Amino acid sequence: MKITAELVEHVSQLSRLRLPQEEKERMTGELEGILAYMEVLNTLDTREVEPLSHIFPIKNVWREDEVIPSQTRQELLKNAPTGNGETFLVPKAVE
Amino acid sequence: MSEMRELLELTALELGAAVKKGDVSAEEATRTALEAMEEREGALNCFITRTGEQALERAKSLQARVKEAKSPLYGVPMAFKDNICTRGVKTSCASRILGDFTPPYQATAAERMEAAGCICLGKLNMDEFAMGSTTETSFYGPTRNPWDTKRVPGGSSGGAAAAVAGRECWYALGSDTGGSIRQPASYCGVTGIKPTYGRVSRYGLVAYASSLDQIGPLARSAADCAAVLDVLMGKDPRDSTSLDVPAGGLLASLTGDVRGLKIGLPTGCFGQGLDSQVHRAVLQAADVLKSRGAQLIEFDFPVMEYVVPAYYIIAAAEASSNLSRFDGVKYGWRAEGYEDLADLYCRTRTQGFGTEVKRRILLGTFVLSSGYYDAYYKKALQAKGVIKRAFDEAFRHCDVLLTPVSPTTAPRLGESLSDPLQMYLSDIDTVSVNLAGLPGLSMPCGVDGAGLPIGCQLIGPPLGEAVLLNAAHAFQLETDWHKRSPYGKEAF
Repeated sequence: MKITAELVEHVSQLSRLRLPQEEKERMTGELEGILAYMEVLNTLDTREVEPLSHIFPIKNVWREDEVIPSQTRQELLKNAPTGNGETFLVPKAVE
Repeated sequence: MSEMRELLELTALELGAAVKKGDVSAEEATRTALEAMEEREGALNCFITRTGEQALERAKSLQARVKEAKSPLYGVPMAFKDNICTRGVKTSCASRILGDFTPPYQATAAERMEAAGCICLGKLNMDEFAMGSTTETSFYGPTRNPWDTKRVPGGSSGGAAAAVAGRECWYALGSDTGGSIRQPASYCGVTGIKPTYGRVSRYGLVAYASSLDQIGPLARSAADCAAVLDVLMGKDPRDSTSLDVPAGGLLASLTGDVRGLKIGLPTGCFGQGLDSQVHRAVLQAADVLKSRGAQLIEFDFPVMEYVVPAYYIIAAAEASSNLSRFDGVKYGWRAEGYEDLADLYCRTRTQGFGTEVKRRILLGTFVLSSGYYDAYYKKALQAKGVIKRAFDEAFRHCDVLLTPVSPTTAPRLGESLSDPLQMYLSDIDTVSVNLAGLPGLSMPCGVDGAGLPIGCQLIGPPLGEAVLLNAAHAFQLETDWHKRSPYGKEAF
């Protein structure tokens, strides 16, 4: 299929990426090449095949809901780019 | 100097035995590794973070309790790929976006190695978020191949393979999503194994493609790999996909007896595009096993052309979802100059991720997006089903499969990145193993005309680690490719 600049723009928005014009153009061409190659899958007859997501037959795993110690807030906030000692800080999300 | 070299040429098990016996102390071993790093890191760049001082402290405290040592790897210095979380030690995934992220917790794999008495020398370079086949996509610069520093070490566990081959540590833990342990092991002339999916807990392994990722060792021999896996394998309540099956005993099970072992050679792996020297070396490896009593069976594996597209669709789809957590809010790096929350996300991700990671995020987002999901993602999952069936069929009449690891030996730096599709295609021999969740091992089996290592891959049925390691052990009893060092034979 034809990969257009608009499609790359749309997918970039979904991915929260904003590519500079030059990178967008290069990426459009590369993605087109990669996806064109992937068309080979269309030559594979999969009419009778179920999509396989997990390779081994494992079922949902239950465990007892036990309270165990977890990390402290301070410890977790140490890695945040900005925080106020109690929470992560971000720009205002709702006006 | 020659004593230092001699020590560095030991296998992990030989060093562990020497430490236990008192011939060498854990501290001496650690100092020797640190000296080797000092000497070679400028040329190789295997490490992103070095923890020499902590390693020496750790070595002293282990030495004090050496009498209580239980594991054969007690007191042996090693290192972790930088996508395995280590408490208090920066874990970057070789990405700008993680900044100086310092995990407040330890990955289960690291915890288990620690309990066995490992000494961690630091964190190893890799392709950014394990996406790449050359370790050139690292934010921290490429790692170079110890056999020829103009060549790549392979990837994504390139730092791990180069550090083991470059005699900077005795073994390393890497991760393998589509060949990331096996292919660099092959390019660097070391032995590496990706276990069956679920054998080793992924808790604390930063996810690339969760249904394919698996942690495993890179080392100097199959026996070393067996010893590491004996420590690593087992159910972990913190990873619900880890398998609750009997584990351990691999090292003890190595007999080198391969009489009657049925080894399958899939014809599709020995066709077009395979370098003739790699071809010859891999078939010679099969003949060595035959000379020890194994039986070779050629068979048709009719799905080869589908493995790369199915793999890249599934891996990219999972990556696009997994990497959405990197947004500059809770940990890692944040871009400056943003106007609002969406702008913060966009700037951080656009500047924080490298080109290859962005390419896979876009590809993955596309194949999952409305209108394209059925044609690409669902189709890839169906192809995965077909590929698994083909393996099931192969293991009805074979015990293991033997193939090349990569169609060529290590390329020069800069050769692969210019054409991403070509780079993806070079993964043809390894990705199917991850799609089917199988164990796969890479062992050195020769060198090409330029003196670069060639690797041979063994693929086993689910939970078939023992049979793979035993076949590799048999090969290594008969040959010395795994003992070859890029630093010549001064030590011997």
